[in-house]
Amino acid sequence: MTTEATSTSRTADDAAPRSIHELQRNASRRRRTSQVVSVVLLGAMVLGTAPLVIIIWQVAVNSGDALGPTLAGVWQFLTQVEPLSYREVGGGYAHGIVGTLYMTGVAAVMVIPLGLAAAIYLVDHGHGAFAKLVRLFTDVMTGVPSIFVGLAVYALLVGTMGFGTFVGAVALSIIMLPIVVRTAEEMLHLVPPDLRAASLALGARHWQTTLKVVLPAAGPGVITGCMLAVARAAGETAPLILTAFGARAIQLSLQDGQGQADIGVLMADGLRQPFDAGIERAWAGGLMLVVIVLSLTVIARLINRRSQLEA
Amino acid sequence: MAAPTQDRPHDPGLRTRGRAGWGDPLFRWITMLAGASVLVILAVMMGRTAFQSLPIWQAEGIIGFLTGDTWSVGQSRSEVTGTYGALPFIYGTVKVSLIAVVIAVPMAVAISLFINEIAPEWLRKPLAYLTDTLAMVPSIVIAMVAVFFFIPVISDPIARFLVDTPLSQIPLFEGPAQRASYWSAGLMLSIMILPIITAVTRETFAKTPAAEKQAAYAMGATGFEVMRHIVVPRGFAGMVGGTMLGVGRALGETMVVAFVVGSSQRMDTSIFFGGDAIAAVIYNTYATSSPEGIWGLLALGVTLFAMTTIVNIAARLIVMRSGRVTGDAAV
Repeated sequence: MTTEATSTSRTADDAAPRSIHELQRNASRRRRTSQVVSVVLLGAMVLGTAPLVIIIWQVAVNSGDALGPTLAGVWQFLTQVEPLSYREVGGGYAHGIVGTLYMTGVAAVMVIPLGLAAAIYLVDHGHGAFAKLVRLFTDVMTGVPSIFVGLAVYALLVGTMGFGTFVGAVALSIIMLPIVVRTAEEMLHLVPPDLRAASLALGARHWQTTLKVVLPAAGPGVITGCMLAVARAAGETAPLILTAFGARAIQLSLQDGQGQADIGVLMADGLRQPFDAGIERAWAGGLMLVVIVLSLTVIARLINRRSQLEA
Repeated sequence: MAAPTQDRPHDPGLRTRGRAGWGDPLFRWITMLAGASVLVILAVMMGRTAFQSLPIWQAEGIIGFLTGDTWSVGQSRSEVTGTYGALPFIYGTVKVSLIAVVIAVPMAVAISLFINEIAPEWLRKPLAYLTDTLAMVPSIVIAMVAVFFFIPVISDPIARFLVDTPLSQIPLFEGPAQRASYWSAGLMLSIMILPIITAVTRETFAKTPAAEKQAAYAMGATGFEVMRHIVVPRGFAGMVGGTMLGVGRALGETMVVAFVVGSSQRMDTSIFFGGDAIAAVIYNTYATSSPEGIWGLLALGVTLFAMTTIVNIAARLIVMRSGRVTGDAAV
């Protein structure tokens, strides 16, 4: 801005000490580089958020065909099962919604107590070599491919129990376990040591301190972690194809070897067919899944934010 | 007469009689078993798949299985009659993951720098949430949008454009461009691994000591110079670790790759040709496989597990060096 002025004035009185407000000769170039980089980084930020916007936009626009113009269409999609032919218009994903919620719920019931206990172990006795090993492999477990979990549960359980809700829930619970353990551990670490010390000083036992003081203090954060794990499990498809397999009607039994439906699995099936009606239903299923998963995520974050404000 | 002692009493715990004394040891054992369950579950999954796929390993040999380039599944129920060479799938998995990383890492670094260094304070958390949220979108939904939007509208035109430029003289970018290809799968995967790389990079960048940055600014450094000479070198370990975590995710991602990779076992050098990946072939052929074919897929699963676990352990060890990154579990 004032660079030209300063550079000319510098030649005039070179001997005079330079004011701190004057710029060095290459300053404008350096400043321009910095500004260009800022714009490039802003561009990357916009580009990086574009996929999320496109995905939500595409799912919202394309699911209109199956959900219909009125609320009646939505109601039909939520309460009816898919017709036997992918060519046929109408019907819905009621069986998939029931299956997804059922399996995710069973998985949550199985894994949350286990994950919390493991997190308590890591926080209370987390200094030994064994605890370090557990911690490392919990981290590693977050990266185990979900399709491998599906294969392993298939090899372990499907041979004897057949496909079904329980087997699918086992696969989901294995995917959820490391998420629950890690987030719960982080939240339990945030509890001030004074709280623990005060409880112990009052004569509470270790387990009483942990269950009645530390855990409630970390409550909102722990709930957030569990909800994120549930959201992740609800969106899984790959392992369920090998363990829940799919069904064409609402399945309420816990494990009958007949298979259980899932929104993701139904979508994958509909997507493979060359028929518009099936594809439209798959879009609507996608919207359902996105709504379930993203609302769980947002609620989880809101709960966590409240706890941070209180702390 | 009682000399003062500095020793702690031998039994520092609460004194009690009867059952109440059992509480703490019992609680400790229960939580320890829960912790051990992580190791047990991993070991059981690994052991069972390895055991069930034993006939394949015996018939092909470990080296033979990993380097064979023919995958021809037999129809037997009790013996190995087909040929099982996993190389086309390993090749495709690695190639697709590399494409994804090459695209995603610069993006992730740029986004992290923007969020940490340029964005105004009040915007940082929302932007971080926004990038994390992409990770929560179910992969089947991304697969569907990929098939109907990303591939025809974005990836395919780019491929068609590139094969008409002089770049196509290089075997890697040779035409003709197919719709379902390594490139399409890699581009889609880059979207899916962007959040985890961004999360780890952002956290390690944020750990740069404020004093160092302020010192650099006080010396007259510009924003770019602070990033280039202070923030990026400080967060380099995190960048490497985050990249490897991204590779780990990319190797195992199933739904998107299964729909857009093209299911060809030709192992073409060009990235615009159809290929196949381990997770994709497991998903695509599982439902129609004979028992023998299932053994083959289990052997592929063991290979995939070994690959991702090696990458993940290395990544975690690198990331742990620069302090454990919090909050990336769900990403």
